[in-house]
Amino acid sequence: MSKVKEAIICAGFGGQGVMVLGKFLANAGMMKGMYVTCMPSYGVEVRGGTAHSAVRIGSEMIADPVIVTPGTAIVMNGPSLDKFESRIASGGLLILNTSLCEHKPERGDIEVIAVPLSDEAIKLGNVKVANIVAAGIYSAKKKIFDRETLKDVVVEMAGGREELVPINIKAVDRGFDIVDQL
Amino acid sequence: MKEIKYLSTGNEACGEAAVRAGCAFYAGYPITPQNELTAYMSLRMGQEGRTFIQAESELAAINMVFGASVAGARAMTTSSSPGISLKQEGISYLAGCELPAVIVNVVRGGPGLGNISPSQSDYFQATKGGGHGDYHIIVLAPASVQEMFDFTYDAFPLADKYRIPVMVLTDGMLGQMMEPLQFDENIKPPQEIEKPWALRGASGRDARAVKSLMLGVGKGSLEEHNEKLQAKYRQIAASEVRVEMYRTDDAEQVIVAYGATSRIGRSCVDRLRGEGIKVGLVRPVTLWPFPYDEIRSLADKNASFLVVEMSAGQMVEDVRLAVQDDKRVSFYGRMGGGIPMEEDIMSRL
Amino acid sequence: MKEFKKPISMKDVPTHYCPGCGHGLIHRIICEVIDELGIREKTVAVAPVGCAVLAYDYWDFDTTEAAHGRTPAVATGIKRVLPDRLVFTYQGDGDLAAIGTSEIIHTGNRAENISVIFVNNGVYGMTGGQMAPTTLLGQKTATTPFTRRPAEDGFPFKIMEMMAVLPGVTYLERTSVCSPKEVFNTARAIKRSFETQLENKGFSMVEVLSPCPTYWGMTPLKAMKRIEEVVVKEYPLGVIKG
Repeated sequence: MSKVKEAIICAGFGGQGVMVLGKFLANAGMMKGMYVTCMPSYGVEVRGGTAHSAVRIGSEMIADPVIVTPGTAIVMNGPSLDKFESRIASGGLLILNTSLCEHKPERGDIEVIAVPLSDEAIKLGNVKVANIVAAGIYSAKKKIFDRETLKDVVVEMAGGREELVPINIKAVDRGFDIVDQL
Repeated sequence: MKEIKYLSTGNEACGEAAVRAGCAFYAGYPITPQNELTAYMSLRMGQEGRTFIQAESELAAINMVFGASVAGARAMTTSSSPGISLKQEGISYLAGCELPAVIVNVVRGGPGLGNISPSQSDYFQATKGGGHGDYHIIVLAPASVQEMFDFTYDAFPLADKYRIPVMVLTDGMLGQMMEPLQFDENIKPPQEIEKPWALRGASGRDARAVKSLMLGVGKGSLEEHNEKLQAKYRQIAASEVRVEMYRTDDAEQVIVAYGATSRIGRSCVDRLRGEGIKVGLVRPVTLWPFPYDEIRSLADKNASFLVVEMSAGQMVEDVRLAVQDDKRVSFYGRMGGGIPMEEDIMSRL
Repeated sequence: MKEFKKPISMKDVPTHYCPGCGHGLIHRIICEVIDELGIREKTVAVAPVGCAVLAYDYWDFDTTEAAHGRTPAVATGIKRVLPDRLVFTYQGDGDLAAIGTSEIIHTGNRAENISVIFVNNGVYGMTGGQMAPTTLLGQKTATTPFTRRPAEDGFPFKIMEMMAVLPGVTYLERTSVCSPKEVFNTARAIKRSFETQLENKGFSMVEVLSPCPTYWGMTPLKAMKRIEEVVVKEYPLGVIKG
């Protein structure tokens, strides 16, 4: 396996599942035997406000779980775009949920995958799986994890609540399909 | 042996280790950034049929731990900086009465209410007393989620063996970050030892007292008691120092850092070694007893030292004591929850 | 025509409170009372540790922080030095009835001429929904995963009823904010508490039953209903003393 050194920030409003998304990606990395850290960050607000998780996935030991300059940002709402767009590394990747973000990113030196993730999730049956669709998009684009790995993570994280599995599996597939169709 | 491995926060790893180490009594109070630890204990201790109490305050909690320890049980309390300040009186009492206990401090920015960001500004409080009187507690400093588990697990038999409070000194970053955690699913608690000093009712034996009040002179005096405590501390200092020496054999410059900062220091060492620069890292694992000898041996080889802490500079004083040459010891730190960056550390080497 | 404006004593800034939280409402009630009595410039408030720790960002009068639970002690210090000011504390159930139990009882016992606004929402919000002394039996929280059981976790704490016994305590009333009628009731009670202080008639406290939709796991409307139908059975509304 070639050297992996991913630094991903998942951002949205409190309650949008960005912590779950961070844990999801970290679990995928762990399943593949890589070093991972996942660091949540909350504002003072319990609901609303901005929340983000910082995920590092790598083939070498991780020094600092805190990410200042992410190579990838998964942004689930407008205020989070305002907060994180400028921090993305040059040449990095932005996955943007256009369902909850009315304005466009301004930078010309990053790759943008803009998808109405909340609408996609609603089409699948529940807005709450928008984060997993994003995970699928990230994985398909970066080619570090395949569909099967992510689906294994879905099953593991469902941990007994079997009713959560089918829709999240569909969300993984949808994310991969979106990238295939780009 | 069946190894289990899962993604865990440092806080929960610490809690799970306590349960696995046979912790019979836990008392705590909510305070950020260790709430996950208290909540986790409420669930796990309940599942195991052991005692969990959310006390009315951190002050009450440390005194409940005192009681549980007097009765011979493995007992733990956890908190963060302002709450640990409240516990100092209780810790002094535990030390004076020679009672084992485990105390976890998930350090946050201070002084006062501060913030909820990670910090290392409680080093003095942990290693130089904090409470009143001539005493020490053993202080362990984990630097990863795995070590949050391993050191908490080790803290209980260590406390029992020496009849001393043991503190696991960590911070909000290690507490809240997630990393893989691995341990034997069937891990047994460390062997329980006889506690002939414990109070369980004077049935078939003379009555005993547990106390730190010693008003007499001569035999049984406070001076004699303190000499006994100091002898114990010397014994611990001679045999329980834990330190990691990373790439220090031929190092001309040495970073000294513990806990979360040591991870960043290690990364700096690797990057600079990649450029041919002879840098190493000394990572104290026990902050008390402090690895003076190991640092002195590097000083004797003419190394210079950069101490990095998330504070205004506390451990640096112990490094200066070890090196005995202030010109060769410099300091870089961030206060109030700032985290040192690799570039800022490397530019100082 | 009467204009519905923000009280002068309240800063015109958005708050961080969750949707449906009682704090915003109670802050506003206090500020309206202060405006009505014209005492903004002689008010010194003491903020708690809890969700309302940032109250000084929302109140436009002098406010100090206090260490968790020590709020009444801090208020005592202020009032003894500045006896003609309106000094009040604003505390949650952890601040007042857990860690601060000793301070509130002794402040009442000393008949300190201060006012205490006690916001009872039955959980610790700021730290993530742990049990409070006022949590009801059978209620699930972050530290009562098996629900609150008397043998392990004790009973809902009735600090007001306990303090009624103290001769130094002049006026105690419990209200809520779960209906327009109760909002007006709370305003009346807080005004009476402030007047008690301004007339040097001794210690007074208003306990306000308040919703925490986030950690009760319900919508704001259901949370209000829970107060009306469930919480008041354990914590009845009305004048407890005075």
